[in-house]
This record gives sequence, structure tokens and C-alpha cells, in this order.
Amino acid sequence: MSATEVDPATTNSPEAAMASRARFAALVQRQGAFAIFVLVMVVASFSFDSFLSRGNLTGIAVQASFLAMLALGMTFVIMTGGIDLSVGSVFALGGVLAAWGSQHGTLVAFALPLGVCGLIGLVQGLVIARGGLPPFIVTLAGLLFARGLLLLLTDEGAKTYKVPAGSSFRKLAQSDLLGVPYPVLLVVLFFAIGALVLHRTSYGASVLAIGGQEDAAELMGLPVQRTKVLTYVASALLAGFGGIMIASYTSSGVTILGVGLELEAIAAVVLGGTLLTGGAGTILGSLIGVLLLQVIKNVINQVGSLDSDWQAVVSGSILLGVVTLQRWLTRAERT
Amino acid sequence: MTDTASPATTGASAPESSGRSRRVDSDWVRRNGVFVALVLLLLFNLLFTDNFATEGTLRLQLVQVAPVLIVALGMALVIGTEGIDLSVGAVMALAAALIPLYIGYGTGVSIGISLAAGVVVGLIAGVLVAHVGVQPIVATLGLMVAGRGVANLFGGQIKSIRDESFRELGTGSILGIPYVVAIAAVIAVVVGLVVRRTTYGRQLVAIGGNKLAAELAGLPVKRVLVTTYVVSGLLAAMAGILLAARSQASDPTKLGLLMELSAITAVVIGGTPLSGGQVRILGTVAGALLMQLITATLIFHNIQDSWAQIVQAVIVIAAVYVQLGRGTTRKSRKT
Repeated sequence: MSATEVDPATTNSPEAAMASRARFAALVQRQGAFAIFVLVMVVASFSFDSFLSRGNLTGIAVQASFLAMLALGMTFVIMTGGIDLSVGSVFALGGVLAAWGSQHGTLVAFALPLGVCGLIGLVQGLVIARGGLPPFIVTLAGLLFARGLLLLLTDEGAKTYKVPAGSSFRKLAQSDLLGVPYPVLLVVLFFAIGALVLHRTSYGASVLAIGGQEDAAELMGLPVQRTKVLTYVASALLAGFGGIMIASYTSSGVTILGVGLELEAIAAVVLGGTLLTGGAGTILGSLIGVLLLQVIKNVINQVGSLDSDWQAVVSGSILLGVVTLQRWLTRAERT
Repeated sequence: MTDTASPATTGASAPESSGRSRRVDSDWVRRNGVFVALVLLLLFNLLFTDNFATEGTLRLQLVQVAPVLIVALGMALVIGTEGIDLSVGAVMALAAALIPLYIGYGTGVSIGISLAAGVVVGLIAGVLVAHVGVQPIVATLGLMVAGRGVANLFGGQIKSIRDESFRELGTGSILGIPYVVAIAAVIAVVVGLVVRRTTYGRQLVAIGGNKLAAELAGLPVKRVLVTTYVVSGLLAAMAGILLAARSQASDPTKLGLLMELSAITAVVIGGTPLSGGQVRILGTVAGALLMQLITATLIFHNIQDSWAQIVQAVIVIAAVYVQLGRGTTRKSRKT
């Protein structure tokens, strides 16, 4: 796994003794979630016979694939030093539009949600990049806007559009290749592309540079505004695509989906070691963050005696635990 | 006006004073836009809404805005330190969920325990932010997820609360003013005085303006930060208790949901920048009233929930755009 660190604070710590500690700390920052993930997997596989069964693991992977799409876009947004609170609503809107569109053909089921969600991302990106408004507020408004649009399309949430029975659109999330469901394959593909874009393109370099220090990136002549706009468009498109996947998976446009999902995506990204201050992070880390959250859910569902409310308690505690650990270990590095 | 700017942000450097006259216009709008909007919307309702200027309608508006305002006041303090508190909604749910469990020991005892729960959550947030150095948004996000889970574990399903004095707190009134409104007003005055007149208030604003400078100046940065999150938790718990008292029930899955976003919106619309260093209490009060009045106006005129959300989204963006004006520093453009 390769991480890119361009935070100026990390590069100019002079003491050699601190450098090795900093390397160790950076390792924990990046691999902390992975270590916990492995630990949870090992404990779970010894505790529950059915945990490592093919059906259960596939179930975890498919369930995680929707959140993974959101988390991928969120990773880029957070790397630029921003945040995207609209993805949960955009995800739900994409699902409803896809289910509605599937009644008019599979092409419409893809084009319509991607078009609308991309437009929402474009407006958000333009307002943030050109208007200079705080991403937190702009995407908060985007959350309200997308949810309002969704309610408008569904008679205030009363109507659920169904994907027609024979539609080829259903195949997107309900088929598999060599036993691997399409959503999982798509996530692997998208994350691979995401990692390539981050590490091999000038856009990716700009994302990290802007998150590291926006003024410096601008002075260096990087296309700051264009990069930001692109990032918010990508985040909205990925959220919309996640919606398309869930519409295909459930064969309907469920209106109540996605509430609070933006926060889960942020949690996954942070667990994965991407700093909310921007400028550093890993794509693979976010995927592991998503999987960790999903495995925790699965384990708690397996313990029959535990209430599902424990999910929230455990997920929240693990987030705080990992972040605290990261801070303590990186303290030498950052101060 | 209760408006305090840190020395670090206002009197920053002498050369800036030459451009001060040019900045007066945008500054005036930024400071007073929320009041102008509030007055205009009031006028609109007086003219075009039937039965608006009745005691019943106005009283209902004030009763509905009171819990949001109480949460927003705590949020204003947190935002003043350049922080954010996403846990307030969960704290409200937790506080409300605890009431039916302890109401048997007396109304005062149960309220005391609920408030203590708010203090504990605030203390955890404060310690994570101030001592561990976790970013406020992450620390309070973890607490939001975990807190809601804990509230559900305590409360489970909707529980009705049968207690005469607790009912009186929610529905009774003093000199014609509902207790709920009176409490909110008293808290607003106290918080306003604290920000303006106390050492703590001055220190809070200084820390939000420039944390490093405040630290170097020997201010008790950590203590002030912890206190601020504790106050926010305490006020959120208070709001949760009042909501439970009004409905004489606690519903931990729903109570306080999305309250963090309403509170942040009220604070930001009121002219407190997310970048910290300023706390505008009167603006926050007006911001909360404005958001309440917008919702009410849309309901009065039978506008669907979907359109209401879309309109709110546009208003939030417009309000923040106006506030940014010309005299903004780059700092306030970040998240």
C-alpha cells in the first residue's frame, strides 16, 4: 500500500531519533484499521462457525459495496481538505432515479441518475471552488436539496418505483462473475481506478497538493478550482452510482435510504487513515475502513443476544479508539 | 449586540485599516443580514398569512424554536473555538431516554441524571479534542454514532413519561410565557453575558481566532476547550429534556435527529463564521428564529415538505454567500 504524504509538517522534522518513531507512527496511521480488521476477522472466525462461510463473506462484501462507493468519493474530497455531507441524500436520489428510469430502459436507468447527481456535484463544486463558500455548509445545503428533490419525485416519499420484472437493469447487482457478485467487482475496479488516478495523474497530485496547502498549490500554478470542482463532481457521481447499484440490488427505489450514510462514509475514510485536514491519505485504507464497519455490523448480528443498537456503540467506540491511537502515535510527528 | 471578535482577527495589522471604509458595506450586511431577513419574513407573514399575528401562532413558533435555540447557543460557543459538535442530537436522545428510567426517584433527580449524561458526553468530546488532539468533527462524529446507540440501549422504544411536575415543565407557563421559551431566553442572555463579560468568553474567542497565539500567551487553552464542549453537551441535554417534557415521551431513535445540522445552520446564518474567533449570540438567536419562521411560512402556505427542503437549501447558501462578502480571509474558506 502506498501512501502519499505531502504535509509539510511531516517532512521537515530534523531529529533522526524522531524520524524512526514518525515512520512507525505513520505505519500505524495507515495500518491501524487494517490491524483491527484482521483482529476482528480472526476473533469472529473462531467465535462463529458460519462467519467464514462463503455465503456470509459474500454478504458482507455486497453490503459493504454501496458504502464503499461513497467512501471512495469522500476520500478524494477529504484529501482536498473539504467534506461532502450530501452523499447520503445523493445516493438515495440516485437510487430513486435509477428505479424510475429503469421503466424506460436500462440506458435511462444509468444516464438519468448519473446526469442529475453529476449536476448536483457540479453546482456544489462551483459554489465551493469559485464562490469560496465552506464545503461543510454547501454540501449541507446539498443534503437538503437532494433529499427535497427525492421527496418531490416520490409524492413526499409515499411512492416506491419498482424495477420492471424482466429488466436487464436487475442484472447489474444481482448477477455474478465466477461467483463474485457484480457490485463487489465494480468496487474493486473503481478503487483500482481511484488509486491509479491519485498516484499516476496530475489531477491526483493536485488533489493532495491542495489539501496540503491550498495557497501554495495556487502559487505553484496548479488548477485549484478545476481540481476542486472535479472532485465534488466525482463524489456525487460515485454516490449516484452507489444509488444505481442499490436500486438494481433491491429492484426498487427505496426513499428512506442513505440517511446518515455520509457520516458512515466519513468514518470509514478516517478509520482508513486519511487525515481530515487533507493532503494525505490512502485509497485502500478507505476500503478497509468500510470493510471494518461492515464486519462489525455482521459480527453483532451474529451474536443473537446483542441488540443491534450495539452496532452503533461499537462502531462509534472503534472510530474514537482508532483516532485516539492515531493521534497519540503521530504526536511526535506533528508537533 | 453580542458580538465579540478576537484581537487576532480584527485589529490584525495597520495597513488593513485603509481598506476599512470599503469593507463597511459588506460588513454591515454580514452582521445584520439575518436581522433584515427576519424582519422581512415577519412582514411578509403579517401581510400574507392568515391568523399569523395571533398569540397562539406566535407562542407555538417560540415553543418550537426553543430547543433548537438552546442547542444552537452551545454550538455557537463550540464553533467560536473553531470546533464543531455533531454529537448534540445524540445527547438530546440520550438525555430524554434517561428520564423515564429515573423519574420514579423524583423529577429533580431524573433531570439531574440526564444533565449529568450531557456533561459526561461533553467531557469526553472536550478531552478528545483538547488533550488527545482529535479533530472536533471526528471526535463528535464518533460520539454521535455511539451516543445514539447508547440512547437506544437505554430507551429502546418510545416510552411515555407520566409525571405531573415534568409535564408542567413542558407545557406550563410563567406570566403567560411557556417555561420552555423562558428557559431558552434565560440561557441566551446568560451565554451572551458569558461571551462578552467573562474571562472565559474572551479566552474562548481568542483560542478560536488563533489557537497557537492563545497558547503562547499562556491562556488555559485545554481547560477552555473542555469547558466549551461540556457546556454544549449540557445545553443539548437540556434541550432533550425539554422536548421530552413537551411530548411527555422519549423516543431515542427519533428525538434530536439532524438537530446538529439545524443548530449549525442557525449559528452560521447568524453570522458566526465556521473558522472560529467570533461568537455572535444575538445573531444565533435570530438565525434560529429565521430558520423556524422559514419552515413555518412554507407550512402556512401549504408548501410541500420537499419544496421546503429545497428552499431551505437555497436560503442557507444565499445567506452564507452574503456573509462572506469581500472582507473574508482565506482561512474562513476552509471547511
